[in-house]
Amino acid sequence: MAMLEVKDLTMYYKTLRGYVKAVDSVSFELEKGKALGLAGESGCGKSSMATTVLRLLPSNGNIMGGSVKMDGKELVSLSEEDFRKEIRWKRMSMVFQGAMNALNPVHRIGDQIMEAILAHENVSKQAAKDRMLNLLDMVGINPKRYNEYPHEFSGGMKQRVVIAMALACNPDIIIADEPTTALDVMVQAQVLTAMEGLRKKMGLGMILITHDLAVIAQTCDDVAIMYGGKIVEYGSAKDIYLKPRHPYTMGLVKAFPNIAAEKQKVRSIPGSPPNLLSPPEGCRFNPRCPMATDKCRTEEPPLVKSQKGEQKVACHRESEIEEGVDIWQ
Amino acid sequence: MAIVADKVTANPNVKVGEVILDVKDLKKHFPVRRGFFASLKGGPNPVLKAVDGVSFQIRKGEIYGVVGESGCGKTTMARTLLKLTEPTDGEMWFEGTDIAKLGHAETKVLRRHMQMVFQDPYESMNPRLNVSYIVSEPLRIQNVAKDVDEALPRVLQCLEDVEMTPVEEYIGRFPHELSGGQRQRIAVARALALDPSFIVADEPVSMLDVSIRGEVLNLMQNLCREKGVTFVYITHDLATARHICDRIAVMYLGRMVEEGTADDIVGDSLHPYTQALINAVFVPDPNKKQLGQVLKGEVPNPINPPKGCRLHPRCPKFMDGVCNVTEPELVEIKPGHRVACHLLKNN
Repeated sequence: MAMLEVKDLTMYYKTLRGYVKAVDSVSFELEKGKALGLAGESGCGKSSMATTVLRLLPSNGNIMGGSVKMDGKELVSLSEEDFRKEIRWKRMSMVFQGAMNALNPVHRIGDQIMEAILAHENVSKQAAKDRMLNLLDMVGINPKRYNEYPHEFSGGMKQRVVIAMALACNPDIIIADEPTTALDVMVQAQVLTAMEGLRKKMGLGMILITHDLAVIAQTCDDVAIMYGGKIVEYGSAKDIYLKPRHPYTMGLVKAFPNIAAEKQKVRSIPGSPPNLLSPPEGCRFNPRCPMATDKCRTEEPPLVKSQKGEQKVACHRESEIEEGVDIWQ
Repeated sequence: MAIVADKVTANPNVKVGEVILDVKDLKKHFPVRRGFFASLKGGPNPVLKAVDGVSFQIRKGEIYGVVGESGCGKTTMARTLLKLTEPTDGEMWFEGTDIAKLGHAETKVLRRHMQMVFQDPYESMNPRLNVSYIVSEPLRIQNVAKDVDEALPRVLQCLEDVEMTPVEEYIGRFPHELSGGQRQRIAVARALALDPSFIVADEPVSMLDVSIRGEVLNLMQNLCREKGVTFVYITHDLATARHICDRIAVMYLGRMVEEGTADDIVGDSLHPYTQALINAVFVPDPNKKQLGQVLKGEVPNPINPPKGCRLHPRCPKFMDGVCNVTEPELVEIKPGHRVACHLLKNN
C-alpha cells in the first residue's frame, strides 16, 4: 500500500462568477521514500493540488469530493483540529514557494524554526533548540548563525532555512511548491542537491511541484503532468520524458530547451491554457491540440493505462500516435 | 538637434556583420550611501561596481546573448547601453557616434535607433492604455505621428510583424485582455514601432511559461534574420541563449569572463565559471543525473569584490599566488573566442 493515496480529489474555488475547477478528480500515489513531480503551466492547478492535500485552502476553496489517504487513514473527513494536531507538519509538511516571503523578517531564523517545533510537539525549549541547530547543520547552514535575521541570508540560504523548517517535526512527506523557481541556476543546483541528500538520508517521500521539467527529470522517480486541473499523463520519469504519449506532454518536452541538444528552433505550444471557470467541453486540451477530433470536443478522455507505453494517459487518440512521430511538426 | 540627428542616422551602407556597437571599457559604478556614524570614520564612500570595465563589439544582424547570475551586472549593462542609466566611464560607439557622451536631447534622437524590451510584460505597460496607444507611444513621443490615428498604419504593420493577427482583433484590447506571451509580443511591437536597428531585450521570457517562450524567442530570431534587427538578449538561461544566439558573453561580478559563438561557449567553454554554469543548467533527461556538480558558495558582494580574479574564492582550479593577485585580462584564445582566466596563459 502506498504511503499517500490521492483518489479522485476535486477542489473548486467558489467565486462570484461560478466555480473555478482548479483540481478536478486527480488521482496519484506516493510510495515511501519516493519523489513525485507535478508539472504543468501556471494556472494548471498544481499549487492548488498541494494546498488541498495539506488542507491549507483559502476560505473559498471547497473540497468537492475524493479522498486523500495516508497509510490507509482518510484525511479529507478528518476534523481541522485533528488534522492540525496529527498530520500537518508532523506527517506531512510543505516548502513554500518564494522563501523571501515565507520567512518572517522581524524574527530570528532560529526562533522561527523552534516555533514550528514547539507548536506541534510537547518538548522542552532546550530540546527544540538542539534540534533546530541540528536541522540548520543538515541543510548546510552554519548553526552559529541561528540568531540572525532573514535579511542577513542570501536567497539560496533562506530557501534552505524554509526546508529546515519543513523538516522540523520529522515528517514522512514533504510537498515542495516551486522550491527553486526564484533562484539562480547555480544556487538552484545547490539547493536541490541538498534536498536530494536529505531525502535519501531520511527516507522522505516528496512531492515536487514545478513548471521546470529539467528539475523534475533530475530529482523525481515518477511524474504527473497536469493540464487544466487534471492529470493528463502519469508514470515513471523515464517513460514520460523519453516516450511521452499525450500530445500536451510531447509538446511540453519539445518546448523545453535542452542545452545538451543540437542548436535548434525553440518550440512552443500555440494558444493559451484554458480558463478554469468554464473549461472546454471534452478533453481540456482540445483547443490547442493538433489531433483533436469531434470526439475530443465532446467526450472527456479517462486517465487509463497507455496501449503503447507503461504510463497512464488521458487521450482518445493515444493508440493512433506512432512512437517517434512528431505530431507538432 | 537636427545636426545631431544626422550624426546618429542609420548608415545605409552598413552591411550585415559590420560592427554596430563598439563598447570600450564601459563602467557603471553606483555610490553607496553610508550611515551617519559610518561616514564619520572618513575615507572615500564605497562604490558598487555593477559594470566594471567591459569591452565588446556587437555586429549588425546578430543576436548577442549576455548570460550570468543575478547580480552580475547584466541588466545594468543593458540599461547603460541604451543610456537609461548614464555610464560612469567608457566609450560606446554606435554607428559612428560615441553615445556615452550624448546629452539628454541627443539621447532622445538616439532612441529612434535603439529600443528596449523589458523583462516583465505585466509591469511594463500602462493598464489603462489599449494596444494602439501602447504601440504608437514611441511614435508620438518622437513626433513621428501627432496622434494615434496618424500612427495607425505603422501600428498595424508592427502588429503584423509580431504575428498578432488578425490585427483588428487586438488593436483595441487592453493589457489585461492579453496573455503573457501576447503582452510580450506587444512589447516587441512597441520596440519596433520606430524601426530601430538595435533592440536590447532584458530577460524577455523569464516571466513566461515554458510552453510559450518559444513564441517570443522565435519572433526575435525571425525579426533578426528577415529585417536585420540586431538584438542583445540578456538572460540567466543559458539553454535558451544557446538555441537563439549567434554569440554569447558570460558575465561574473561586473566583468566579462568569456565571449564566443554559442557553439564555442556551450560546447567548448574554457573558463571554469562558464563550465560550472553549464553544469548547473539541468537537462530534461532522467537518464543523465547531474546533481552535485556545482560551484560552492555564492556570488560575493560587488561592493567589495575579491582581489585578483573575482571568481577565485569559488574556483575549483584556483592557483594560489596567481589568481588571488592579478586580475586576468580578456584575451583572444582563438578567433572570436575570448577568455579571462590565468589557467589559459600558463598552458
